[in-house]
Formats: sequence, C-alpha cells, structure tokens
Amino acid sequence: MAAIKQTFFQECEEQLCELETGLLAIDDGDTDSETVNAVFRAVHSIKGGAGAFSLEELVQFAHVFESALDHLRAGRLAPSGEVLKTMLRAADMLADLVRAARSDSSVDTASREELANELRAFDPHEPSKGSGQGIQASEDDDPDIAGFEPVPICLDDLGTELHSIQNRFLIHFTPKPGLYAKANETALLMRELSKLGEIQIICDYSHLPLLDELDPEHSYLSWTVELTTVHDETAVRNVFEFVEWDCELDIQELDPEAAPDDEAITALIREMQATVEADLAARSDPQVASVPASAAEPPATAGNPAMSQRGKQEMATAAQATIRVDLDRVDRLINLVGELVINQAVLTQRVFEAGVARASGVATGIDELEQLTREIQDSVMAIRAQPVKSVFQRMPRLVREVAALTGKKVRLVTEGENTEVDKTVIEHLTDPLTHMIRNAIDHGLESPQGRVAAGKPEEGLVRLSALHRSGRIVIEVSDDGAGIDRTTVKAIAAAKGLISPEAALSEEEVDNLIFLPGFSTTSTVSDISGRGVGMDVVRRSIQSLGGRISIRSKPSQGSTFTLSLPLTLAVLDGMVVTVADETLIVPLSAIVETLRPKADKVHGFGGNAMVIAIRDQFVPLIDVGRELGYRAKDTDPCASVVLLVESEGHARNALLVDAILGQRQVVIKSLEANYRHVAGIAAATILGDGRVALILDTDAVVAHWREVATDFEEPLAAAG
Amino acid sequence: MTDMTNKNQGRPTADPANARELIAFRMGAQEFCVDIMSVREIRGWTKATPLPHSPPFVRGVVNLRGTVLPIVDLAARLGFAGAEPTARHVIIVAQIGTQTIGLLVDAVSDILTLAEDLIQATPEVASEMAKTFVRGVLAVDQRMISMIALDHVLPADERDAA
Repeated sequence: MAAIKQTFFQECEEQLCELETGLLAIDDGDTDSETVNAVFRAVHSIKGGAGAFSLEELVQFAHVFESALDHLRAGRLAPSGEVLKTMLRAADMLADLVRAARSDSSVDTASREELANELRAFDPHEPSKGSGQGIQASEDDDPDIAGFEPVPICLDDLGTELHSIQNRFLIHFTPKPGLYAKANETALLMRELSKLGEIQIICDYSHLPLLDELDPEHSYLSWTVELTTVHDETAVRNVFEFVEWDCELDIQELDPEAAPDDEAITALIREMQATVEADLAARSDPQVASVPASAAEPPATAGNPAMSQRGKQEMATAAQATIRVDLDRVDRLINLVGELVINQAVLTQRVFEAGVARASGVATGIDELEQLTREIQDSVMAIRAQPVKSVFQRMPRLVREVAALTGKKVRLVTEGENTEVDKTVIEHLTDPLTHMIRNAIDHGLESPQGRVAAGKPEEGLVRLSALHRSGRIVIEVSDDGAGIDRTTVKAIAAAKGLISPEAALSEEEVDNLIFLPGFSTTSTVSDISGRGVGMDVVRRSIQSLGGRISIRSKPSQGSTFTLSLPLTLAVLDGMVVTVADETLIVPLSAIVETLRPKADKVHGFGGNAMVIAIRDQFVPLIDVGRELGYRAKDTDPCASVVLLVESEGHARNALLVDAILGQRQVVIKSLEANYRHVAGIAAATILGDGRVALILDTDAVVAHWREVATDFEEPLAAAG
Repeated sequence: MTDMTNKNQGRPTADPANARELIAFRMGAQEFCVDIMSVREIRGWTKATPLPHSPPFVRGVVNLRGTVLPIVDLAARLGFAGAEPTARHVIIVAQIGTQTIGLLVDAVSDILTLAEDLIQATPEVASEMAKTFVRGVLAVDQRMISMIALDHVLPADERDAA
C-alpha cells in the first residue's frame, strides 16, 4: 500500500507540473481547448487518487479547484489575467497540500479556505457576481470576495422534482485501450448504470478482428445502452467520470414520452445486428464468432505484419511510452559501461602492443568493438539525459513568491527547456538557479515606480534560457533591471576589506567582486536573498560540477549571469598531455588553442613569473609541472607546448606542458570516493594502459598559481 | 602472490566465539596486523600515479579494476622511513568506512586466529605517531605483532595534513 501511495505522489508531481505548465500556457494566450482539458485532467486525477487514499483536505480543495476549472473549460469563465493568477495560486496550494499529505503535515487552513472561496467565486451561476467576475480586474472586487459567503445550492430539491419523470438515455460507449490499461472494467460500469434504472445493453463486436490479427492490448468492443431512469444526465455522466478520457462516450437523451421500444432504437439495433452478421458472414472462419463473446481481452496471439503495424501506430499516438526505473540500476549500468570503455581501450592497446598487424581480422574486430562500445555508451548516457524542464518548471512559482514578497512585478520567460543534460547535473542545478533568480528579482529589478521613472515597462523581465554550445550546456539568467551598480559594489568590497580602496579594477573585475565570499550588496539581510550566503556559494556549487559562471552587466539595461556546465559528469573530452613523465588530461572545453612558444615571445616578469606574447597580448605563463609539484625547476618553455586556456571571467592563461599525446574521451572517476579532493585536480580517469591519469582542473590551477603569486614575494616557492 | 597458503592453524585459539582473525604483515623488521574483516584483497605493487599537493605517505593512485585506489605507504604513515617500492612489495586493499584504500607493506606474513583477550595494551614507549594507529600488541611465537586501527590512516581533509 505504501508503495502504491508513493507512486501516487510521484504521479501527483507530474500532474502538478502539467497543471502549472498548462495554466502558464493559458496565461500566455493559449486558447487551445486541449490545454484547458489537460489542466482539468491533472486536477481531476489528483482528486481521484487522493480520494482513494482518503486524503480529505486534498480532495476537498481539488474538488473546488476542479469546479472552477470546469467553468473555464465550458467557456463560462473567461481566462483573464486575474482569474489565472488565482488559479496559479490554487495550483501552488494544491502542490502544498500534496506535499503536506506526503509528509503527513498540514497546511494553513485559513489560507486554503480563503483561496477555495476565491475559486468558488468564479462560479458564474453565483447571481451577485455574474459572468463579469472573470473579465473584470478584481482590484475593486477584492473586498467583495473577502466578504463573499458561498451559497449552497440544494440539489436534492431538484432531485425530488425529477423523481416523477422518467428519463431515457441512449448511451454509446466505446472504450479505448487506455481504459483497460488503467484497470477500469466495462462490466463494472454497466453494473453502475444498471443501478440507476432499467437498462438494456447491446455489445457491438463488429470491430473484432480474426484471432491471429487480434492485439490483446487493444479494445475492439463497444456498447450501446438504453437506460430508463429517474436520474438526470449528470448522474449518468458521473458513472463514467473516471473513464471519460479513455473512451468515446455519447449520451443522448431520448424523448421521455416515447415508448421504450422506440422505433429508432429498434431500427438502430437491427442495423447493428445486420452489420455484425454481414461482417461475420464475410469471414471465412466461422469459429471466430465464438471468440468475441468469451472475453473483452482475449489471450495473446502473435500479430501478423499488418496488425503489428497498427500496434506501432497505436504506440506512437499514445504519447511516448515510458517506464520508471530505479536510478540505482541506471547508475550501475553506467558504471559498468564505463568499465567496458576502459577495458576496451586497454584491450586495443594490448593487442597492438602484441604486434598484431593493423590490417588483420583481429584489428578489424577491435575497431568494431570500439564503435559498438561508443554507441552503447552514448545510449546509456542518453538514458540519464533529461530536459532541464524539471528545474525550469519550479521557477515560475519561485518568481511569483519572490515578486509578491518584494512588491515587484515580474514576468518570467523561459527558453530551451527541452535542452537535455545529465540527471546529476540537473539535480545540482536547482539551488544555484533558485538563488540566481531570487537575486535577479531582489537585487536586479527595480521597483515598479523606479522602472516607470526610468522609462521602462512596469513589469520587469527575467529570462531563463538553456542551450547546447560546443559540448556544454549554457544556462543564462538575465534581467532587464538596473544592472550592477559598480560604484556601490566597489565601495562595499573596500568596506569589507575584500579589496584595497585604491585598487584599480576593470569593470569586469568589479562585477566579479560579487562572487567573493562574504559579499552582499544589501545592507539589511532580507528574507529573499542574502541569508549570509551569496553568489560565492552559487559559484562554488557550479564549479564543483565542472562548470563556470560569468556575468555581463550594463547600467540601466540589466545583468546576465551565464552558467556553462558539462553535459555529463560521467565522460569528458580531453587532451592527453605529459608533464614531468606523468600523463594528465586537460578538459578540451577549457582549451582555446595550443602552440609551441618561440624564445622571443617568452618574457620574464618580476621574480619568477613569466609571460608569453600571443598576438601582441601578454598572457601569464604557468608551468603545470611546478604548479603540481612534479618538478622543482621551471622547464624550458621553448621545448614545451603551451595550452592557452580560458578560465572564469574570460581571463586567459597559458599552461606549459611537456607534450601533447592526443585527444580522447575519458571516463571520469571520482577521487573523492576513496580519497579526498585534490587541489588543481578535477577527477581521475583510467587510460588505455590501465594506469590512472589525473584530470586537470585548469581554473583551480590558475587560481592556485595566482594565490601563491600574490601571497608571497617568491611566487612559485610555495607551489611545490 | 603472497604467502597466504602459509596459514597457521593451531594458534592459541580459545573459544571460537571470542576468536579474531587477523592478517599479519611485515614492514622493515617489525610486524603488524589488521582485522581480516577490513581486508578486501591483497595484490602486488604496480606503479602509482602521484597526486599533487599530497602528504609524502600518499604514494598516489592505482587502478583497481576501474576503481581509483589511493595508496598509503604505511611505513611512512607510521613514521619510519619507507623504502622505494619494488615488484616484491604488496598492497593490502582495505575497507575503511565507505572508502577503499591500498596499504603498501613489505610482505604479508601470516593469518592469525586468536582470542580477543590475548591482545595487550600498547606499551608506553611507543612514539606519538605509532600511538595514534596501534591499538594493542600481540605476542605470537616470541614475535611481537602490533595491531593497527585503520580509521586515521588517510589524511584528514585539511590541506596541510602532511
């Protein structure tokens, strides 16, 4: 039971996402009825599930919400901005209630009731409001809503009135395969219907194919029911409430005066029987006739090509089929594939070391193995890849809440939410993004008055976008606010002793001051951003993912934070280099270019430091071997190779290595798992010869070099 | 690859419920042992990839069937001069908490099964460094074997653990 409940909550999360996405789409002017239906369906499913687990609070609220949505669906309520605002808040409340139910806690009843009343107020049948409610902005309606008392409408009266009248309905019911997939059963529905009154059921099995063409998962039968009842159409529809979307349902009300054996029905039934008989007659195998009667879902049979074709189409239309898999299993698979890749590389190297000719059959086999391994690896990685949507979807709510807290008007625009990235990266994205968006609203955007005064629209814009760029995912958070106030930033940094007051800093350097630990531009600690943690935490968490963060800002035009992250934390494209007889991997994404330095381009610079002139620009030259303590003395730059790397803030540095061996994709192995973090090293990998090679963290190497260079008179003395 | 077959049965074993199994190994002239339950496997020395900015007793990392295994030179860790490892040296792969590490020792000498109460307290003469790691001593066949606890073998997470 607990497991089923767990599944229910998981599905709730999905439904809530769909709900929010749908509402936002409607807010953006999406008038497609399917969108409204999807929203309605989401709330309805949550209600249904919650009912099964007797989660009363959830059911009640979902019901009120559902009724309001029903008015929207039926067009009785116009989807105005105010209506949708309330609906979005209701969606948030529903999410809170689901979470509360999950953790067995409770939600503030007062706010829930208030919201429920607001939703009830959307009822156009409510005379005092009329249909104008949805269209009018509710600014001046607010007091009315607060004082609004829901008027219970007694439907029992209606019922007694109807008791004397016999209603007759003709119901055509054609279940779709999905109906059975969700464990609904036609027989039970029919039994429910029979409780309403007198019924006559005719099953139409004319669409039933021959046994060898029969797809056991498909639904071929349909029913025609004639019902004579004292209840009204709603009662009849309620029977089908939970299967509504998984069947074709047509309910016709027949003239109650007419006799039960109405000509029309008899004609219809005759017609149907004729078709069935004709159909059966047309088939060569008379035995088929006995099959349809036996069961709605006959046993499995192998389909012929035509049938499987149909089956495939079915799959395509029933959205993309997905399965839930325990993440541990996927991780295990990924680890194993990682081993396979390494093993394959080892094997390749050994085979050629053993002197096998390149043109031999063994070599061809090895090549094919390599290709296959690569393909397996790509497919396995694709299993882990997920659209960033799951993170982006949490942001609208955050924006609404922060906007409400700060009294600012904010519109969030998201782009590229289908950009895919490894699940582990996604998991680590939520916190930094949350913080950055909070910052963008709290610090970036001006107050509505301030914006109007600056000649901007009152509503601020926060843009969240994702895209793939050269093997990395780039996520941008930008606002159209005031931009970074560089004078203030500098003054604060100086006041906090982070820089010396007379330091001459470029604009970019000033902007980057906000990433320093202990920096916060707001003098008071607000509830939204600035709980003592700041952009330095964001930067650190991004860096721990192998990512970089940079900032662009223009006064009065806004700021843009750019995150660049690896697509996966499992493999990396690297350049294999040697330094002091050790093999190192340098992430390809960090390298801008490689070159062989000429003697006249390398200059000593102060104590022990060196710079190299690259196209008339002087770039600091860092000897990786010394930096890592692999050798005590500087090597001769002219006998080495220079890797020009770009680090955070677009600063360029030249790393000196002994030689480049080549490029290859390597499987990332954690050093922290069995050891601990090593300064200057991002991770480890295993090379073709079976030895461990370290993956260089270029940013950390540069940062460490800088630290040492500024801290000590003899910059490189402490490096070893 | 080691003298694992030289299993010493008939050691002073009291009642089996109270018995402990230990793996004894040599470093220089001294003998040490660790609980057999923490030992995963024993393998020969392969050249390690040195780690930058690491304390001298961390020899580097090796590939253990796809796992990156840090190698601690136990002699250096205990404060004696470690010799340059050769192919005759041995790595004891041990489990410490959630981490797996390799301990570089000269050779594995014995597997002991003995009663818990035969373990004596560490003599007061031991150096500070040894006291951190030695949990007790055993007298077996006129040899003294120090029992080592592995909890603190890896450097603490501060940068200047060396």
